[in-house]
Order: sequence, then C-alpha cells, then structure tokens
Amino acid sequence: MTKTMFEPSITSRPVYGVLSPGVGSAHLFVADGEGADAVCDLFAKAEAAEMKAASHIIYMPGANGCDKTADLQALGVAQFYRAPSFASAQSRLAKVLADAHMGLQIYAAGTEGLMAQVAALAQAAGLPYEAVQMEHRGSLARRVQCVHCKGVTENVRLDPFHCSHCGLSLFVRDHFSRRLAAFQGVNIDAEDPGQVPASVERFK
Amino acid sequence: MSLDFNVETFRGDYTFKNSAKAIKRFPFPFPEDSYMYSVNMEPHVPGAVGSVFEHLFDVDEHYVAEMRDRAQVLAEDPLRCQTLPHMELAGWDLLELIMESKARDYPQWFELHKDGDNWHWINKPLQIEQKFTFMDASTLPYGPMEYITRQTQGDFTLQDQRDDDLWIEAGMVTTQADWSLDFDIGMSFKQWHAPVPLAHQMNIFDRALKFLLKLQHGAPVRRFNWTMTVDALLDTSPENYPKWGPSKTTMTPETIGHRQHLRVELQTLHRLPRSNAIVFPIRCYLIRFEELVTVPKWARRLHRVVRDIPDELATYKGFLRNKPLMLDYLAQFDDGQPTSPGFGAD
Repeated sequence: MTKTMFEPSITSRPVYGVLSPGVGSAHLFVADGEGADAVCDLFAKAEAAEMKAASHIIYMPGANGCDKTADLQALGVAQFYRAPSFASAQSRLAKVLADAHMGLQIYAAGTEGLMAQVAALAQAAGLPYEAVQMEHRGSLARRVQCVHCKGVTENVRLDPFHCSHCGLSLFVRDHFSRRLAAFQGVNIDAEDPGQVPASVERFK
Repeated sequence: MSLDFNVETFRGDYTFKNSAKAIKRFPFPFPEDSYMYSVNMEPHVPGAVGSVFEHLFDVDEHYVAEMRDRAQVLAEDPLRCQTLPHMELAGWDLLELIMESKARDYPQWFELHKDGDNWHWINKPLQIEQKFTFMDASTLPYGPMEYITRQTQGDFTLQDQRDDDLWIEAGMVTTQADWSLDFDIGMSFKQWHAPVPLAHQMNIFDRALKFLLKLQHGAPVRRFNWTMTVDALLDTSPENYPKWGPSKTTMTPETIGHRQHLRVELQTLHRLPRSNAIVFPIRCYLIRFEELVTVPKWARRLHRVVRDIPDELATYKGFLRNKPLMLDYLAQFDDGQPTSPGFGAD
C-alpha cells in the first residue's frame, strides 16, 4: 500500500506523517478503512512488539467499504474494538481519553476526517494537537462544514456537492478547521443562482 | 436619538449615507497610485482633530445605526459572537480599555464611574446605564467582550499568545469582509490567513506575526485593509453569501456610482494588560463611489488602483466581475494629472 501523496496546499490544512512506535505507558490507536494498514505496519516493527500488551485499537470500516478488521484482530493487542462508525465510537473514545494517565500515546490513521476528529477529541480532553500522531491512508473523501447552515457532510467526493443538511450546492475549499475537523463548503451559485457547474470527483 | 447620529439602515432600503463632514474625514487607504500587499503597520497614535485617528476608538455619525444592525445580525445568528472559555479575562481587558477610552475621549456621550470594583457605565447614545462588578460576569447581561462590543463599532477578535503564535479564540464579527469566525475560531495566525493569495509567498505573515508577538501594552499599532461592497451592507458574511451574492450581478453603468462602495478597514492591534492577549478591532468604513469622487485626488487614485490591481487580488476581494464597470465609471474622473503622495485629499 503506497502512502498518500498530497498536492501542496494552503497553511490551514494539516500535514501527516508516518506512525512510529512511541514511548509511553499505554497506546491508543484509532483507525478507519485503509488506516488499518498503517497500524499493522507499525506493529511490524521490532520495537513495537512490547507495545501490544498496553495497546487499545478502535477501528471502523471505511465509508468505501474497506474493512480490515481481521488484520487488526490478528495483531493480538490487549484491547480491540470494532465500531460501525466514528460517531458510534465517540463516547468510548472520550472515556478512554478522560481516563488516560500521563504517558498515553495516541495514533490516528486513515481519512483526514477521522484523524481530525480524534485530534479534536484529544484537544477537548486537554492534550495538545501535536500529541496525536497521524498517518493518512485510503480515501481522500472530505468532511465538509457548510458555512451557511453549519451542517457537516461526511465523505464528500464530488465538487461541487449538495449539502446533506440544507441542500445548497457547495464548492469545497482547502481551508481546514481543526476544531471542527472539517473543510469549508461555500455556496457555488450564490452570485448566479442556478448556474452550477457539473460535479467532478475531486476526492477519491 | 441625538442629532449627532444618523437614522439609517445597512440593509433593506439602504438609507446609509455619509455627510459632507464624514466624507471629508473618510480614511482613504491608498497613499500612492497602486496597491500591493504590505504589512504597512504604524503606531496607532492620536491624529488630527476631527480625523478617524483623533481617538483610540473612533465614534462617528453611524454609531447608533451600526449598533442596531449588529443587534439584528446577532439575533439572526448568535454564532457571530463566540468566546472560548479561557478568553474571558481578555474580554474584561477589552471592556476596560473601551470604557476608559470612550469616557475619556467622548465625555458628552459616555461616562464611567468606579468605586473599587463597582463600576457604573453610562452610554447616552444607546441609552444604556449599567452598574456592575468588574471581573464578575454574572453582573452583566452578556459576557464582557459581547457586552462592550455590542456598544462599539467595528468587528473584534481576541488572540491568545502561546507557543510563539497567536490563536484567534474569541470574537464579535458582524461587519466582516467575507470570513467566518465560527470556522476560524481556534486557529493559529497562519491558519486563519491561509486562504489569502500571494501574501504567504511574500512572507507577509511571517513578518507580521514576528512583529505582533512583540507588541507592547500601551503601544497599539494600525494598518488599513480594503475591499469593495455592493450597497451599504455591513454584514457581508460567508454565512449569508447566498443572500447578498446576487447583488453583484445587478450593477449597471447608471447605478454603479450610487450602489458601489469602497469598504475600508481600519485595523488596530492592542496588547491587553492582564491576559497578555491581543485585541484586533477591525473598523469598517463605507463610502459610495459618488461620494468618493467628490474628492478629485481620491477619484483619480482609486481609478488607477482598480485599473492596475492583479486579477488574483480582485478575485480574492470579490470584485473582478464588476471591475470593468468600475473602471468606466471612475475613468471619467481621472484626467491623468499626477496625484500628491500620501492619503490626504489635497
């Protein structure tokens, strides 16, 4: 699996690295879809062998159907949990973060929306943004906040797209809010109502 | 309402207008016949009597109407005013700065009486009288930042300083040039400026940030920014873009002088004493083209600035579509004569 190559972007968009074993008393992994491969790659490293007994993996299949539950289960970490969606895992994740002791290492892997939501929850729990290691894998589909109605649409592949809340046609900016864990969507035909260009699949 | 203040609107029938006195004191932002980004910061020291720089916070004939417009925007969308929890102290710093400045500079309109932490604030133009305990938010009807910025012209953001960066973590934003506080709150300096074209490559933001991190209490600075606005709409927010966007398509050679406005932001930056935060007031001044061209130097110069601005900047500022119409209108006031250096009207 090749790691994602990103085009140069504006400065509000986060950049992502490669997960590497951290030194700490406990290790929390959150991954979606192909993000499982980044977790498996980390555990393939010799120095990660000792981490397994102190590791907790929370995993959800990708919106594209990619489900690598079996690969992660085979790692044999202390705790493995498969959630059907990020939303369903959120209260569990918040509890783990609230219960965390000094030295907890946090790793997020998969789509940008997943990683940003993990980082936002960690920040809400009082951890710095930099405390979360991130590695992008899989889909480039975006999580987009409609600047007009404030609703968030998940897994946006098309540009422009219809806001799943208010229905306006939105173009997707590269401007990214870590607090909202979302890109910004702005009405494309605000000046010329009805003149909406054909959608293209920009985020595969 | 006092005769000092206009009865006017910034929406619907748009009855906003500048008096002859307001045109004369308008902060024309171009010191020369062309425009490109620069940090262009200077000390925010008192300027000429009657100018917008005379006092720390300028209160002009539009004050009461602008505050009514702000109240309407907030009633429709409370998210235009937000404060992250750790920013309340900075809000008190700001409240103190504004109340003390206005009571000192405009004693005919504002009074502040202090008895220890028991403060008594009187705002005559808005008919507000408030007794409260300084630093006790439960004694005010809103948080301190919201309370005082509902009574002060201009948008406000509060920046916390940590990790050698500035973080935009509170704000009152209802007269903005198309940016969203709700989206940008919590961002670092370079993150919230990310969408600005060209300036990053010019290292504008590196230099500006370095400068601002060293900003000292009692030594505020100022700069101008500008854009174009159709009709006297203060609330050109991205939130409401579908409502105001279509107005750009309805301009004609007959209406452009009346409906097109130059929108100038007088931006000041002040270090706050207790919180060490920086407050960034962004004061918006609007002037119709037909008002502006009554000053011959400004008419000539604005024509040359608009004519020579790169399309990328005109697009970012949102007026590329109407640039030809603007040029046709302004060209009739440009006789090719040289203009004198500086902002002044000659």
